[in-house]
Amino acid sequence: MTDTPIAEMTFEQAMKELETVVAQLERGDVPLEDSIKLYERGAELKKRCETKLKEAEEKVAAITLDGDGAPTGTKPVEGL
Amino acid sequence: MSDLIDDAPEGVNAPEYSVSEISGAVKRTVEGAFAHVRVRGELGRVSRPRSGHVYLDLKDDRAVLSGVIWKGVAARLATQPEEGLEVIATGRLTTFPGQSKYQIVIEDIRPAGMGALMAMLEKRKAQLQAEGLFEAARKKPIPYLPEVIGVVTSPSGAVIRDILHRLRDRFPRKVLIWPVAVQGEKCAPEVARAIAGFNALTPGGALPRPDLLIVARGGGSIEDLWGFNEEIVARAAAASEIPLISAVGHETDTTLIDFVADQRAPTPTAAAELAVPVRHELLAWTEAQGARLGQALSAQLRYRGERLRDLSRALPRPETLVEQARQRLDWLGGRLPVALSRGVDRRRLRLSELSGSLRPSGLRQSVAGEARRLEGLGARLGPALGRLVVRRREGFSAVAGRLRTDVLGADVVQKRREVDQLAERLDRVARLQLKDWREALEAQDRLRLTLGYEATLQRGYAVVRGDGDVVTTKAAASKAAALEIQFADGRLSVGGKPAKKAGGKDKPPEQGSLF
Repeated sequence: MTDTPIAEMTFEQAMKELETVVAQLERGDVPLEDSIKLYERGAELKKRCETKLKEAEEKVAAITLDGDGAPTGTKPVEGL
Repeated sequence: MSDLIDDAPEGVNAPEYSVSEISGAVKRTVEGAFAHVRVRGELGRVSRPRSGHVYLDLKDDRAVLSGVIWKGVAARLATQPEEGLEVIATGRLTTFPGQSKYQIVIEDIRPAGMGALMAMLEKRKAQLQAEGLFEAARKKPIPYLPEVIGVVTSPSGAVIRDILHRLRDRFPRKVLIWPVAVQGEKCAPEVARAIAGFNALTPGGALPRPDLLIVARGGGSIEDLWGFNEEIVARAAAASEIPLISAVGHETDTTLIDFVADQRAPTPTAAAELAVPVRHELLAWTEAQGARLGQALSAQLRYRGERLRDLSRALPRPETLVEQARQRLDWLGGRLPVALSRGVDRRRLRLSELSGSLRPSGLRQSVAGEARRLEGLGARLGPALGRLVVRRREGFSAVAGRLRTDVLGADVVQKRREVDQLAERLDRVARLQLKDWREALEAQDRLRLTLGYEATLQRGYAVVRGDGDVVTTKAAASKAAALEIQFADGRLSVGGKPAKKAGGKDKPPEQGSLF
């Protein structure tokens, strides 16, 4: 188990952790109380995964460059 | 042939040229004869001063030819001149009279066949490989779900559109496009700069630093793609801290950047596929995990429930545990009333035994015995008391015989006489004492009168008082408001100076003491 709080996990971390939790629970060799805790943790991880999956926003911008080729900002890109 | 003819040395009568003339002639000749040539050679030293023109050497194993590519031409070239590259340069020869030089002004430059280009690429590749830039250990993992993707490509064209479409289908993300030229002379420096530029951004800033880079270009000729074979591009990609996916050309095209990239995608679309997972698949996966989680928990509970039942079956029935005790209880319980009545019977028997010996005749007999004893003792009581009184009276008589009243009477008369004498003496002494004290007192009073001023008044003196105080001088008398003269037989007030103020005020405060 990682020490990162679930709310700060990246999608990948939460996903891996969820896999671990499910596998552990399915193995069935944990004490009953721990398995309830595992279940709760799994549910939280699942929620985190869903949250990250819902943050699916497309935003496309092109970097604008000055005469020397250094970035100065962005301009939105549309119609691509 | 003839000594007579003094032949002038050959050419002496040829016209003389000035240096400029001959230079100009050479120039005309050279430029006329070589107005359009194709020269094959290996590129030697290539320099690009700020003017934008490119100066280079074309050489083979025996000769060197200087060349120049004017700025405008250089920008259009498909193949950028590079040291060591075997090329065919097309152009015209010209001279440079100021330095007695000639050169080729190159209009176009192409690799001298595929082999030449590839040979050079191989050489470069071998060098970078020797430096370890292709090592698998150097390759960074591509983030599973990047938040911001930086794309280095042409801002217009199919490539960026393909990438964005595929991202949209799979998992829409934030995309920053760094526009670059994807062919020509500017391609390599711009791409290298874009990669470094993305790395220089701060995460979460106004320009957020991407967590994944895609360097992409559509298909084209080997010359078109050549910029991605340039060493600066390969080195920039190797130096990138951000994981980088290269997607240059079609699947069959391999450029140098592909070897140093952390991941090579055959096409830009494939790069987008490598960049992000499919969102709805992940949603489904997450759902499935959730379901498995629930199932695993209920399986756990079910399993434990079964196990509990199994164990409880193996447990002996509680009835069997208590049966024996209950039987014993029953047995004892059955015996209890019997035991009780038997115990009562036994006690009752003993009671009747005891009560049988308890009869009124016995009691009366006992009372009579006690009464007789009492009578005996009572009879002895009277004589004993009499004897005691007689004994005491005998003792008293013996003492009383010794008590004589005549002695006592004589003593009383004697003492009374003594008291009378003492009383008489006391009376006499008291009277004498009193007389002495009275005489002494009178003598003292006489003395007092002779010493006081009143006695003096008897002899004709008087005391003058003014305003209450004794006046002893004329000055004091004349000041006083009123005077008073005291004679032996009384006091007389005489007028003095009239009182300045009301008489009440002038009354001596001591006046009261006259009374």
